[in-house]
Amino acid sequence: MQNYVEYLQTYGSRFVDGTLVTIQQTLLAAFLAIFVAALFGMMRLSEKWLVRGTSIVYIEFFRGTSLLVQLYWIFFVLPLLGVTFDKFTAGFVAVGLNLGAYGAELVRGSIEAVPKGQYEACHALNMSYYKRMRRIILPQALLIMLPPWGNLLIELLKGTALVSLISVTDLMFEAKQINGTTYLSAESFGTAMIIYYLMARVVVSPGMRAFESYWGKKMGRI
Amino acid sequence: MKENFPLNLGSNPPMVRFSKVTKRYGELTVLDSLDLDVKQNEIVSIIGPSGSGKTTVLRMLMTLEEINDGVIYVDGQPLTHMSQNNLLIKANEAHLRKMRNNIGMVFQHFNLFPHMTALGNCMEAPMHVLGMSREEALARSEELLEMVGLADKIHEHPARLSGGQQQRVAIARALAMRPKVLLFDEVTSALDPEVIGEVLNVIRSLASEHSLTMLMVTHQMGFAREISDRICFFYEGKIAEEGTPQQIFEDPQNERTRQFLSAVLAAN
Amino acid sequence: MFEGFELFPKFDWKWSFVFEILPRLLWATLNTLMAAGTGYAIALVIGLVFALAQRTGIRTVTLIVREIVEFIRSTPLVLQIFFIFYVGPQFGIRLSPWTSGMIAIGLHYAAYLSEVYRAGLESVPRGQWEACKALNFSMTRTYFRVIIPQALPPALPGMGNYLVGIFKDTPMLMVIGVAELMHAATALGSTYYRYLEPYTMVGILFLLISLPTAFGLRRFESFVARALGMRK
Repeated sequence: MQNYVEYLQTYGSRFVDGTLVTIQQTLLAAFLAIFVAALFGMMRLSEKWLVRGTSIVYIEFFRGTSLLVQLYWIFFVLPLLGVTFDKFTAGFVAVGLNLGAYGAELVRGSIEAVPKGQYEACHALNMSYYKRMRRIILPQALLIMLPPWGNLLIELLKGTALVSLISVTDLMFEAKQINGTTYLSAESFGTAMIIYYLMARVVVSPGMRAFESYWGKKMGRI
Repeated sequence: MKENFPLNLGSNPPMVRFSKVTKRYGELTVLDSLDLDVKQNEIVSIIGPSGSGKTTVLRMLMTLEEINDGVIYVDGQPLTHMSQNNLLIKANEAHLRKMRNNIGMVFQHFNLFPHMTALGNCMEAPMHVLGMSREEALARSEELLEMVGLADKIHEHPARLSGGQQQRVAIARALAMRPKVLLFDEVTSALDPEVIGEVLNVIRSLASEHSLTMLMVTHQMGFAREISDRICFFYEGKIAEEGTPQQIFEDPQNERTRQFLSAVLAAN
Repeated sequence: MFEGFELFPKFDWKWSFVFEILPRLLWATLNTLMAAGTGYAIALVIGLVFALAQRTGIRTVTLIVREIVEFIRSTPLVLQIFFIFYVGPQFGIRLSPWTSGMIAIGLHYAAYLSEVYRAGLESVPRGQWEACKALNFSMTRTYFRVIIPQALPPALPGMGNYLVGIFKDTPMLMVIGVAELMHAATALGSTYYRYLEPYTMVGILFLLISLPTAFGLRRFESFVARALGMRK
């Protein structure tokens, strides 16, 4: 135990640095994923087959291949086609695009889960499509999709660990480096796991539950 | 393209006219060449067994469903069709949106917006569809909610209101659009017995104090008899019999009408 | 951040190269499928253990297993793979890359599958358990003859999704040297100094396997649902 405390004193700051990078990656990927999910989720419901088809292609492509392959492809192959990202950007772009595809299905599912009676009331009140979506349907869909989005955000957090494989200096990367010099694998990888666990259980999950509670009250839930 | 139907119904038209309207779901014909007129300010109740097409009549008038044949007119103008080069063709969405402002509907399951207060529910459409200002919409909504007896509940969300209260809010919400025709689709069927009365009272006062054309699908025979100007008995997609409440309830001519009424009244 | 854009400067796709590397990639694909299958089989069994352990009624056991499951689900699989591979030698046990990988994937997906099992078990009406008790069935008989057959159909979609998920996660094994598809592609890429064809082929191969599988699974699920409906 004493050894572990010494270990933390020596390497603690590096873990902190890595965690900060992980947090940055997670936040940036999350913004991208939310944007992509909203866009393609709604496109998926369009009546125009071209719009719907595009979103289906996007969703099936990013869900059908693994994040690691997409990450490598974006970082190593895309430059050959003319689009070059630095490794930090390639990292969160890959994670965001990938998890955004899963998010798109959540968005679609929750819009479809809004009771049909709401659409009929909007129809009877002669509301236009945009007003209906913005004022009535989407707010209710948001409440429905919050619980599974909580899980998705944790998957996103875990997904950012892969960016260490293209040498982004996140938490996972630091753990590997420290393990490489100290050979104290249990301490190095174990500490990293504990930090991921704490971020997921103590920050993300409670945060999402709080937002769910807030939005639920706003939606008139008792 | 409809050739045998007039482009408009001239002066003093009925408020609603169904002209040879047919509705099919696949093989099943739900409404069969229906002719139905509703005069201005008339109150018509539609009764009949389930599956007879009653609700379909309302839903088509509210443009929730498309008709397969025939034309529906509202206040003299075609609803389901529009005139182009002196011919009637199927209405496009723009025409429907224009006409839909004249028709309002109250649903069996209320369909209130759960994330808005009673006041919010009533103000929503006037502001965002009619373009009314916030102050105007607020004043009108408060007035209507007071009229339905919910002045003290205007800031409550639907989840905090009883079924009867929610339905009254739904009525106020529909009235806020000042429709010419108001449709009631079995509005008390989903309510507990003790709150049915309060909703019927609101409808009763609407009938007597306001000039509103009302079309009701209902199982509340006593109520229909009391406030209707005319009763239509539907059977298998057609009007089997229609007449004044006295005629229908006291002296039904059609055998089916008699069967239906005796079954319904026996159950009570 | 975003460094450049020229239209396709180095895009010279060589089909000859593709055919040269294809045999090695296909062989590696087989390895990948084996890894996915084995990992899934392990996860199926351990997941059931996790699920049943939480139904023993002994609060301590339930809480501990619950926390273990949460911990596994909250930490990245790639990190767990590293942990299991490198921790062994620290305490004198040498695990091969394959074994470490299978343990890591098995445990990781067991945690997810346990949630799917639990949902399936919970969906079986309480009355079924009570009927078994009234008929004096043993716990084993209750589970295997009555409960699990009813818990399985609602659990199938989730189980199918995780099968596809495991298949797509196998590339993570390359970080400890397991010779699966991504590992082979990277090796080829660095040997010939051409990454375009190897990585693109990996993507295509994954799509070719995962899309039909996902589609087939959905068909299978509706088949099961229909079959049940008919039986009811």
